[in-house]
Amino acid sequence: MTDMAETADKAVIIVHSGDMDKLYSALIVGNGALAMGMDVSMYFTFWGLQRLKKGGLEKGPLSKMHMLGLGKWMIKKRMKAANVASLEKLMNDYKELGGKILACEMTMEIMGVKADELRTEWIDEYGAVGTYVNEARDAKITLFI
Amino acid sequence: MAEIEIDTRGETCPVPLVECRKALRKAAPGDEVTVLGTHPASKKEIPMACKALGLEVIDVEGKDDEWKIKIRR
Repeated sequence: MTDMAETADKAVIIVHSGDMDKLYSALIVGNGALAMGMDVSMYFTFWGLQRLKKGGLEKGPLSKMHMLGLGKWMIKKRMKAANVASLEKLMNDYKELGGKILACEMTMEIMGVKADELRTEWIDEYGAVGTYVNEARDAKITLFI
Repeated sequence: MAEIEIDTRGETCPVPLVECRKALRKAAPGDEVTVLGTHPASKKEIPMACKALGLEVIDVEGKDDEWKIKIRR
């Protein structure tokens, strides 16, 4: 299928945090921008990159009121009641709509993350700061989450 | 020309918008895509997305919490 917009605007998001709620923010903005016709790249680094490990997507704590997991359990219950999509669905939608995932190589080195520990089927490119800057230089939206 | 209907009733942000975009990508030019939904913000935002995509919204009907939007791809 061809895209409708002739020249798409671009959004680039740095996903630095691995907190569950911040990952929701990043993926919701990413999906929303794709749905509204923009190109989107998400650059996963530090604790954000940890969430790209196999089985790691839903592992993050809440950024506030985590309370040893009690707060997260409560929020997840309320999200389920409100029928909020899982991070896994949002990630699959993001990929289906053509969203790009960039993985930070320096994080992999300093945190000892091997490529085969990651969901490599999601990752389009491995790179460092130059990759982010190159993506972001002509972007209309850039966020650090 | 095909008529495609997608049902996002009961779904919340960002699913109606995302499912609408997924359906529009799969549709062929000239096809009519109808989106059913109950999420109030999406009733405003789906036409916003269509405008950004350069697509025509043929019809919006229903209440904010139970609506039907018809789009031409």
